[in-house]
Amino acid sequence: MTQAAHEPEMLSGGEMLIRSLKDQGVEFIYGYPGGAVLHIYDAIHNQSDVKHILVRHEQAATHMADAYARASGKAGVVLVTSGPGATNAITGIATAYMDSIPMVVITGQVMSHLIGDDAFQETDMMGLSRPIVKHNISVRDPADIPTIVKKAFYIAESGRPGPVVIDIPKDMTMPNEKFPYEYPDRIKMRSYNPVKKGHSGQIRKAVNALLQAKRPIIYSGGGVILGKASKELTQLAHQLNYPVTNTLMGLGAFPGTDRQFIGMLGMHGAYEANMTMHNADLILAIGARFDDRVTNNPAKFCPDATIIHIDIDPASISKIIQADIPIVGPVKPVLKEMLEQIEQSKLKVDNEALGLWWEQIDEWRQRHGGRYRSDDSEKMKPQHVIETLCKVTNGDAYICSDVGQHQMFAAQYYKYNKPNRWINSGGLGTMGFGLPAAMGVQLNYPDAAVVCVTGEGSIQMNIQELATCKQYQLPVKVLCLNNGYLGMVRQWQDMNYESRYSNSYVDSLPDFVALAEAYGHAGIRIESPDELEAKLTEAMAITDKVVFIDVQIDPDEHVYPMQVPGGCMADMFLSKTERT
Amino acid sequence: MRHIISVLMENEAGALARVVGLFAQRGYNIESLNVAPTDDQTLSRLTLVTKGEDRVVEQITKHLNKLIEVVKLVDLTEGSHIERELMMVKVRATGAQREEVKRTCDIFRGQIIDVTPTTYTIQVTGNEEKVNAFMDALSGATIMEVVRTGVSGLARGDKTLSL
Repeated sequence: MTQAAHEPEMLSGGEMLIRSLKDQGVEFIYGYPGGAVLHIYDAIHNQSDVKHILVRHEQAATHMADAYARASGKAGVVLVTSGPGATNAITGIATAYMDSIPMVVITGQVMSHLIGDDAFQETDMMGLSRPIVKHNISVRDPADIPTIVKKAFYIAESGRPGPVVIDIPKDMTMPNEKFPYEYPDRIKMRSYNPVKKGHSGQIRKAVNALLQAKRPIIYSGGGVILGKASKELTQLAHQLNYPVTNTLMGLGAFPGTDRQFIGMLGMHGAYEANMTMHNADLILAIGARFDDRVTNNPAKFCPDATIIHIDIDPASISKIIQADIPIVGPVKPVLKEMLEQIEQSKLKVDNEALGLWWEQIDEWRQRHGGRYRSDDSEKMKPQHVIETLCKVTNGDAYICSDVGQHQMFAAQYYKYNKPNRWINSGGLGTMGFGLPAAMGVQLNYPDAAVVCVTGEGSIQMNIQELATCKQYQLPVKVLCLNNGYLGMVRQWQDMNYESRYSNSYVDSLPDFVALAEAYGHAGIRIESPDELEAKLTEAMAITDKVVFIDVQIDPDEHVYPMQVPGGCMADMFLSKTERT
Repeated sequence: MRHIISVLMENEAGALARVVGLFAQRGYNIESLNVAPTDDQTLSRLTLVTKGEDRVVEQITKHLNKLIEVVKLVDLTEGSHIERELMMVKVRATGAQREEVKRTCDIFRGQIIDVTPTTYTIQVTGNEEKVNAFMDALSGATIMEVVRTGVSGLARGDKTLSL
């Protein structure tokens, strides 16, 4: 190259897009080609820095990128074509949006001059995606592509993260129209300045309330994981010796085996967690959004509690439950400042009151509300399967869950000691998420044990991805809790519809072992609890290929505890016959 | 309660759709809305009138602020402010009605901006209340067509919504 150093290279729109991704540090993109993105795919072919993973359905591409983001904290990248490519990506974009996951989704679009003419494979992706993205941008000039890519990553990853769509008409990527390429170092926007720290005065108020509490609880959510503040949360909890509960999205932010951890809270939360919440006089909510699956009836929510709410998104504060002391800011610097202020405060933790509080909590723990019965050794209990999985993986695997009963069991019975290890679709509840999510994690962490916990319903929503696993040698383990029913639907039908199983029976199931083998993988069927641990150990020991583990479980099992609809946090069914 | 929210946002394609979409998605109501570029061509000023409990309006302003293209906003009804709306009414103006309509128009300091032998088109400006009162006063006449801009407004005194 004889080009002078200051003279920018001339690249086409398609080439600039891929080069921008490279300069952004992107290693993998997940996608599926089609007419509107062929120039871009040609640009991919002519380089080797950015590697493209070909999925079998665009939804899977979005979940792979999403799970990579959940495991790494960095935005995942998706590339799909216009029309059906874009609409197939919608479910995955909505999934990421609901859980605040950073993602950059590049969608092809028909030529600019055809937009609005109902051209072949045209769909208004800007309009379609608007309610389920943090932002979306349509490219109108190829020269803007590097800036738009930088902006997309900046918006996706900063503040409260979320997916960003870049819609690119085909004529923006013409191979023979070249533009000077330069990737910006950073982006400054007058209309978007995410908050960097919390208000010190509010933090002082919070610390005062915190140190005067007699029955406190720390309720932490996915924001602590997104905000990489697991260490600060743990330090704060240990320093105060306050009990900690995590939301479904927050599992792993505080060690699951720690004495101070009282389990997940909410609809299927632990008995002791929901009881502690309901009876608390102070709730420190950190990066959690008082979701309806947590609060039960907001009018009856924790009547005695003063509520401190830390969140980066002001719109999450006082949306469902009025906060007494709101703190808007990223959780990490806020918790750091909180720790400093606690250090300097004249107030001290009321150890006497706290001792009584722990006695009460331990009493609730003893009640073992909602724990499953393991006495019936004939039947395979799903809870027991998850506990055994936790044992054979030393609690250190990435668990990528699908949606349903198995998801709740995996949340309740696997002990997550590290953040970013529990990967599930919490907000949107997307069946079909688990397998592609596991693939996204395995690709980026090739040496890690990655398990997709699923059911025979969910797995069939993206089962075609077993082919992608083969192509890219992604040795994920698929643990299918097979009860022959859409278990969560069946549970609701048992509880509310006198066991009329309308369409919840999954008839004509394939032989999953044979199916896995047909895709070139290994399959194992587990039918008796006696062989569970040995076979799971055997499956986990196979590190060079996919193992599909089809576990025949008791179809009658329900997820407990389950909050009584319309009640307070403490109103729970604890088994088929008991309630609080 | 009625709130007037004034928004300064990037003058870009799609920005308005995002504001309107937000109200539709989250079930907030819009009484009126108007938007036009400002003296700075890169910025648009949007004024919308909404009704709702304080809690809901707080959510509205928070969500508007979250939109990437929104630069700044203010709830004008939180302080003293000036609001104006422009209305054009086309009325049947024949026989005795012709004089009566003209008199009513004068009382409200309206202007007749188009005349035919059988119609008047009247322009009235003022706050929402005045514009509504004028419509009521015309109730004896035959109103053929009404068009209103919706409310625009700004804060009194030194306070401004600007960069």
